[in-house]
Amino acid sequence: MEFPDDLRYTKDHEWLRLEGNDAIVGITDFAQDALGDVVFVELPTVGATLTRGQTFGVVESNKTVSDLFAPVSGRVTAVNQELRDEPERVNQDPYGDGWMIRLVVTQRDEVDSLLDAGGYRAFVASEQQK
Amino acid sequence: MSRGTMLEEPLIFERGSAGRPGWSVGPTPAEPALPPELARDDDLAGLPEVGELDTLRHYVRLSQWNYSAATTLYPLGSCTMKYNPVVNEELARLPGLAALHPLVPDALAQGALELIAGLEGALAAVSGLDAVCLQPAAGAQGELLGMMLVRAYHVDRGAPRRRVLIPSSAHGTNPASAALSGYGVTEVPVDRRGLLSAAAVARVMDESVAALMVTNPNTLGLFEEEIEVIAAAVHAHGGLVYMDGANLNAIMGVAKPGDMGVDVMQFNLHKTFSTPHGGGGPGAGPVAVRAPLAEYLPVPRLVRRDGTLGWSDAAPKSVGRLHAFYGNFGILLRAYAYIARLGAPGLAEATRLAVLNANYLRARLRGTYHLPYETPSLHECVFSDRNLQDYDVHTLDVAKRLLDYGFYAPTIYFPLVVKGALMIEPTETESKETLDEFTDALLRIAEEARTDPATVRDAPHRTRVARLDETRAARRPVLRWRRTSRENTEESA
Amino acid sequence: MSYTPHSPGDVAAMLAAIGVESIDALFAHVPEGLRARAAIDLPAGLTEPALRRHLEELAGRNASSAAAFLGAGAYPHWRPAVVDQILLRSEFATAYTPYQPEVSQGTLQAVFEFQTFVALLLGLEVANASMYDGASGTAEAVLMARRLLPGRRTVWISRALHPYYRATVATYVRGLGDVELRDIPFGTDGRTDLAALRAGLGPDTLCVVVGQPNVFGVLEDVAPFAAAVHAVGGLAVTVTTEPLAFALVRSPGACGADIAVAEGQSFGLPISYGGPGVGLFATHERYVRAMPGRIVGETVDANGRRGYVLTLATREQHIRRERATSNICTNQGLCALAVTVYLSMLGRRGLRALAANNFAAAHAVAARLEAAGVARPFGAPFFNEFVVQAPAAAAAWDRLAGEGLVAGYPLGRWYPELDGALLVCVTETHGAEQIDRLIGTLATPARSARTAHG
Repeated sequence: MEFPDDLRYTKDHEWLRLEGNDAIVGITDFAQDALGDVVFVELPTVGATLTRGQTFGVVESNKTVSDLFAPVSGRVTAVNQELRDEPERVNQDPYGDGWMIRLVVTQRDEVDSLLDAGGYRAFVASEQQK
Repeated sequence: MSRGTMLEEPLIFERGSAGRPGWSVGPTPAEPALPPELARDDDLAGLPEVGELDTLRHYVRLSQWNYSAATTLYPLGSCTMKYNPVVNEELARLPGLAALHPLVPDALAQGALELIAGLEGALAAVSGLDAVCLQPAAGAQGELLGMMLVRAYHVDRGAPRRRVLIPSSAHGTNPASAALSGYGVTEVPVDRRGLLSAAAVARVMDESVAALMVTNPNTLGLFEEEIEVIAAAVHAHGGLVYMDGANLNAIMGVAKPGDMGVDVMQFNLHKTFSTPHGGGGPGAGPVAVRAPLAEYLPVPRLVRRDGTLGWSDAAPKSVGRLHAFYGNFGILLRAYAYIARLGAPGLAEATRLAVLNANYLRARLRGTYHLPYETPSLHECVFSDRNLQDYDVHTLDVAKRLLDYGFYAPTIYFPLVVKGALMIEPTETESKETLDEFTDALLRIAEEARTDPATVRDAPHRTRVARLDETRAARRPVLRWRRTSRENTEESA
Repeated sequence: MSYTPHSPGDVAAMLAAIGVESIDALFAHVPEGLRARAAIDLPAGLTEPALRRHLEELAGRNASSAAAFLGAGAYPHWRPAVVDQILLRSEFATAYTPYQPEVSQGTLQAVFEFQTFVALLLGLEVANASMYDGASGTAEAVLMARRLLPGRRTVWISRALHPYYRATVATYVRGLGDVELRDIPFGTDGRTDLAALRAGLGPDTLCVVVGQPNVFGVLEDVAPFAAAVHAVGGLAVTVTTEPLAFALVRSPGACGADIAVAEGQSFGLPISYGGPGVGLFATHERYVRAMPGRIVGETVDANGRRGYVLTLATREQHIRRERATSNICTNQGLCALAVTVYLSMLGRRGLRALAANNFAAAHAVAARLEAAGVARPFGAPFFNEFVVQAPAAAAAWDRLAGEGLVAGYPLGRWYPELDGALLVCVTETHGAEQIDRLIGTLATPARSARTAHG
């Protein structure tokens, strides 16, 4: 299972990549594996304002549904339209083609409080032991 | 390619030919000239033109692709797939009942009304509650009504309150119904024995809680031993107790919901009371209430005046209506006939033998399959796939392999509190031989998991179709036949 | 008596395997206080012949042989014998919901066909596997509109929609607290008043709900209603108690409806004192994820063979729980099968012919009544139901029924302003003699009064 070192992570199994003042967000390899085949992703509209921890969408697999939680506060500037017709991208390339939203970060210090790859890896390990 | 007696059969829309006349009752008059904004202009293009024999054959062939309760055992937990008495099919078709219009004067429907009154009385007697409404068309709709009644009761006393307590083992309709009635849901965890504890309920019970929703026995098939104390605690804070009656088959003549402290409950006539499942309905979900809630029940109400039965709309506090007429009368009829046939002794015996059958299965399977709770089972037992984990065989695989052995699978992955749950409810109408054949199959499958896991994981092998690609169905939904499309399977997989 | 097969030997062997002395021991953990009071107060059971006699006696007390010109939400039609033969097949009747699709392909393919029939007839792209009935289907349509347009609160609902359907919608929305129902009056032609609707539409409009045909049997001009509500960003919902009309009448989808609901009882279900019926529900493909109810989809198996499965289940109660589109679980499966077989039997030509037959029969009776001086208050086009002014007959309705003639339905019970009016339904099932008697009775007020006074 992959957890790229250049990303930040949340305990809700989202990842975040910082590009200047922009953040790109998706769900991790662990999440897509746990969900199984993703069949649908519900994403916010461009321009929506998000608060950290708030639900910004839903990811559905055959048997289950999971909320998506904003890792940081910000304003949505783009959503991945390709996921409408090809939700399987989330399974196949969760950190690349499976990206979900891009937003302009409004509270920079929130990024710093996210887990790094090592911290997330340890968190996943402890979850799996339960 | 056909296999034995399971013949191939396309969609009805792929049969027939243009110009074939359909079933008719006489000469066809000229079509009326409707004004253009009202006239249909596509000539019903797309509807089939098949003919009587080919239509009959089409559906007979389709029927041969189904398992059914009349074919084999359906050990689905909390579904109570007992025998559906065939005599009730004949009784439902008596013209005096089947051809009766719901709006004829009450004086012309006294037989139907006596039947409805009789069923109301019987359900009150079984539940120990005071008033019954037969209108809801299914258990879920009955549950929705139950929540509406809770809300009406509280609104009448000043405020609807905000929350409903639901055990973590509950069926998904419970929180859905609560939400549809404008309530938030607070989950109450079940304890190590799989039961609701009075302490856990007390921790979350206060005056903001409108009701506690319980199932008893619960979805694990276990009797909620603390129910009376729990109900008292809910009542002490002015709340109500709603019971999901899906598992009533376990307690008829053993414990009455009214005695437990239940204020409102729904029944599933297509479970406990033997009406057929129909491939997904129709069912019926009547509701019974304690007297203080009776004034909120839907209209119309059946009342007796001078020995004659009639419908009355005089119920100013009623929540309204849920159905165009009186509910699924044809289903009510079948349940009435079942109860009349069995009588009180038969109903009590049904419960006793249902519990005997389930415990017999539990005893025979427990050495091989993992039993998560030692608490006594009533009419159903829950196992998990933990003992098969080493072979990478899971509950889903066991279920599919059972199909090869000629049985329908138990309920799988429910209740959610047990990982990899296999919930088995045999019902009282199964013979010991059938139960032995079923347990033998499950024991063989456990053995196969060890010696030949691939066969289990790729099951089923002997059914009309192999495992179906549910992901594809959800990602690329094809929800109907279309005139202009070719065979959908010709798209690249 | 309880269909249980257990012999004493069976019971003994099973108790031994469990390791208990008696069945009572299996209930020992249930509190004694509850067990002591649990005896059920009902009589002993019956043998099968005695049960049959009992039900026949009850059936005999219902006057189903009366000539009943009743529609008003439940319609008398002939049912091809093939329909019941298929419904009596245990493989369909006693099957469970098709959660194990490999052994449920019969049910699943039949439902896929049902969904296709409903979509074709209602002129929309997708349909579900059925709702409980037309009334609850209407309520679910309003809930669906609410999901699609959160924040909007006003539902414009025609007074000419069947009052029991309107009542059901009101019951469903009461608990939500954020939906307001507003009436659209009907005009002197029996149609919903478009001008009145236009005056009320605004940015808070969630949807408009009209019957087609409406409760008076009148055919509405649906397209302008749909256009008007679309202009303010709302949704158009049509509701149909007699969908046979759509064999001749322009479909809701073709008129701009976003959600179309119907009661399918006319298509192969016995009236059976009002239930079970079956709710038909269709909408645009783009709204499918907001649509309630079960849906069957096409797919392939591991060997590439075409097959069918329940799909888009993540909208439903067992997964979404409190965020489900609906709490519906069991629907009206076998009734949907009846509709599917019926429509297959009649087919394209048979259905149009039957609709033409109904239209002609009802219009012939209406014309004869008019010629005999019995006025029709509403001038708009109708299908197989219409309204007449017949105060004497309406006042004597109960007694006439007792004498074997149910002369339509007295509308004054639902619409005080229509006191003295009767809603008359004529289908292919009404014979010449019955029709003559109806016309004779309605055309002769004195006859009704005389009958009333014996």
